[in-house]
Amino acid sequence: MKDLALRALDAVARRGVTYADARAIESREQEITTKNGKAGHVASNESVGIGIRVLVSGCWGFAATDELTSEGVEAAAQLALEIARASTAARKREVSLAPEEKYEATWVSPFSIDPFSVPVDQKLGVLLAVDAELRHTPGVNLAEASMNFERKRQVFASTLGSLIDQTRYLSGAGFTALCYKDGEIQKRSYPNSFGGQYQLKGYELVDELRLLENAPRMAEEAVALHSADQCPEGEFDLIVDSSQLGLQTHESIGHPIELDRVLGTEANYAGMSFLTLNHLDRLRYGSEIVNVVCDARLEHGPGLGTFAFDDEGVPAQGTDIIRNGRFVGYMTSRETAAEVGQSRSNGCMRADGWGRLPLIRMTNVSLKPGEQSLDEVMDVPHGIYMETNKSWSIDDKRYNFQFGCEIGWEMRNGKRVRMLKNPSYSGISTEFWNACTAIAGPEHWTLWGVPNCGKGQPEQVMGTGHGASPSRFRKIKVGSAYGG
Amino acid sequence: MGVNPEDIWGHVVRTARSCGVDDVEAVITISNEALTRFANNAIHQNVAEQTTQLSVRPVIGKRTANASTNRLDRTGIRDVVEEAIAITRLTSPDPDLLPLADHELEDPTQYPEDRDFDETAEMTPDERARTVAEAIGEVESASQTAAGIYSTGKSGVVLFNSAGVSAWYQETMARFSITAMASDSSGWAKASACNHADLDPVGLARRAAGKATASRAPRELEPGRYTVILEPAAVLDLAGQMFMDFSATAIRDGRSFLNDRMGQKLFGENITIHDDVWHPGQAGAPFDGEGVPRKRLTLVDRGVVREIAYGRQAAALAGVEPTGHGFPLPNELGEAPMNIVIAGGDTSVEDMVASTERGILVTRLWYIREVDPYEKIFTGMTRDGTFLVEGGVVTAGLRNFRFNQSLIEMLSNVEALSPAVRASGEESFDLVAPAMKVRDFNFTEVTRF
Repeated sequence: MKDLALRALDAVARRGVTYADARAIESREQEITTKNGKAGHVASNESVGIGIRVLVSGCWGFAATDELTSEGVEAAAQLALEIARASTAARKREVSLAPEEKYEATWVSPFSIDPFSVPVDQKLGVLLAVDAELRHTPGVNLAEASMNFERKRQVFASTLGSLIDQTRYLSGAGFTALCYKDGEIQKRSYPNSFGGQYQLKGYELVDELRLLENAPRMAEEAVALHSADQCPEGEFDLIVDSSQLGLQTHESIGHPIELDRVLGTEANYAGMSFLTLNHLDRLRYGSEIVNVVCDARLEHGPGLGTFAFDDEGVPAQGTDIIRNGRFVGYMTSRETAAEVGQSRSNGCMRADGWGRLPLIRMTNVSLKPGEQSLDEVMDVPHGIYMETNKSWSIDDKRYNFQFGCEIGWEMRNGKRVRMLKNPSYSGISTEFWNACTAIAGPEHWTLWGVPNCGKGQPEQVMGTGHGASPSRFRKIKVGSAYGG
Repeated sequence: MGVNPEDIWGHVVRTARSCGVDDVEAVITISNEALTRFANNAIHQNVAEQTTQLSVRPVIGKRTANASTNRLDRTGIRDVVEEAIAITRLTSPDPDLLPLADHELEDPTQYPEDRDFDETAEMTPDERARTVAEAIGEVESASQTAAGIYSTGKSGVVLFNSAGVSAWYQETMARFSITAMASDSSGWAKASACNHADLDPVGLARRAAGKATASRAPRELEPGRYTVILEPAAVLDLAGQMFMDFSATAIRDGRSFLNDRMGQKLFGENITIHDDVWHPGQAGAPFDGEGVPRKRLTLVDRGVVREIAYGRQAAALAGVEPTGHGFPLPNELGEAPMNIVIAGGDTSVEDMVASTERGILVTRLWYIREVDPYEKIFTGMTRDGTFLVEGGVVTAGLRNFRFNQSLIEMLSNVEALSPAVRASGEESFDLVAPAMKVRDFNFTEVTRF
């Protein structure tokens, strides 16, 4: 792998470049699913290839190949250079990069149990036991459970002289119980929707999640939702669980702080951002108790956005994004940092494989824990508590959002008084965070993994991390998903 | 494309047999794609990727699993076959698993349109860059800022199995998408075609710039129920969300909105929808993930849900013939129609506008997600060109809306249809769709721009 990266780098460097880097990647993935008592998708995948990025005449070029012979690598190198030169046909300025140091490092993410050392039949056994438990509850007509594992080794080499060998292990697991009855579909997912929880861990994550122990409650709630009242429409004090708040953070803070969006380079697809440069250090983005960081360092936790170096050789960093409610930081790259006059990238460039160009992506964008107990967060005279995301949508500048959750409860004086089905809430990003009145403490804080964040053209799918604890928001619009 | 699929298949078979396995399927996918991306009136990302992937699926009794790789030397092929066999032996049996498909494929020369164009496959970075520069010039001349993509590429899929199936397909594809931005408005246009010569990037740029100009100084309208005119891309964005439910497996699982609704008149009399891979506006392989030839389906006939897709296993369980819409095995979703053709009418968008006393013209939709899986309520936003129609003319641009709209209701409220075209968007796969004039479309909120 090191030879491959260095060979590719040499192939472009000797032809004359302002800057170049090469990422040689070998990845292995395994996906195991079960459905109604049977194995579903049992699959493994490996992929090896190289991506070569060059800066020539002030323009970027990128070519990637899995033809790893000398001829294949030379051809990709030549193509990257041709692409960069062609880009000068529509150039407005020459790209410049914020300075960075040279690094030589080897890093492997920590894990206790190599997920690929655990036999497939053992994994299936765990999922099928969960499946059986879910279907034990009358009314559950679809039980689905899954595990996902990935090992990705990347060797990064750049013309700065950096040579970084980094290996990351990711694991994920979860389940869903679905009930169809009388013209209505309801479901409950654990520990989160869309595949469950994902972290930078080994197989030990599966044991930590206590899937089997939580299956009966989820199955019962899925069935009970059919008898629950419809979530009312109106303004309520809203309490959001940790996993839903993680996604809320992702959509209404994580994406708006991507500096490439702010500068317009994602305008055709993902969109832009309301967080224009004039808002930095000025905008009131949340109430005084709201503190948000973007942190890729291991000390932040085993998130999907945890690494040692980003994909342009910048070390992992922690950056304040919202400090005591004030907006104070973007996620940057070497190019965008230079463009806005910052002295250094804060290390957020990530690519979803050897075939794709690094883009600014969320690392771990987390709401820091507050100081309240869970009882204090829940203690509202009258409000609604929502749990586990079901749908999510936000406009292309990240102002207006709407989230649906799997389950809700009407709260009176801190107590759950009735279950509510089809709960949803909506609002404007800054107004929502400014309405935050309570955040539960560190004992309730979880670092969630979002495995499916899409961005870029061609589209790249990235895993991001989001820490949050249950929190309360004042006078939030509830229920308009079913309104009108 | 640099690899010999028959050589790879031969090696897969020999390796499998050496492991004591006779029943095996291999799928080889080949992709060579390039994309030139621009923003702020300049090319800023310009990429190319070449990859070939081998996917191997043994069948051992009632067990199957899948392993894939892009290491296509002898060692890589041997490793992936051995891995596939190893995990297949460890997986749990499926009493409903069928033996490998042995259907004979129809002659691919029966395609009505050639879908493989050398000039599109071989387009150079310089050619793409020159085209992009011209399109940017069109937007710049309107004192606006352009962002978008121009992609060209070739892809192919070859499926073999030891029961005798040998299915090949390859096509080229070009896509051009552009957003034109003015100070407080934007416009968008996109098209795709197997032959890049069928695209008109400068025309698309002109259209996007025209929309940005026409939507300047957008007004804010109260949310509520309005008559809307959805351009074909907006119809694709929304209607494209429902076709995973036209699946026998989805119905059996209880996750389809068609549960207990088959044969009912769900939509208006003017709604007819086919799945037709041979339609000239369509693309894609004429066989499914097991090599079964695709059949033409009438999904909706004058508002009545008539047919759904059946993969082989779903068909066997239902006692019917498979329709050729199965996903590669193993999978838990089963099957779905992926070559959607929504029948059009004869009302142009201009005539729809002219016949509208008060309504909203929508260019495209964005970030669409399902709110209610049985009533098929979706939420999302309008984007890049939303206009107020008053007295039969477009009178102003509008701030963008959030909608929460049932597709069942929407397709029951269609008042007029334009001729159907190949539509390309971002929220669903390409399909053939008309523009639609729809009454009582449910906008629930307005955003800030």
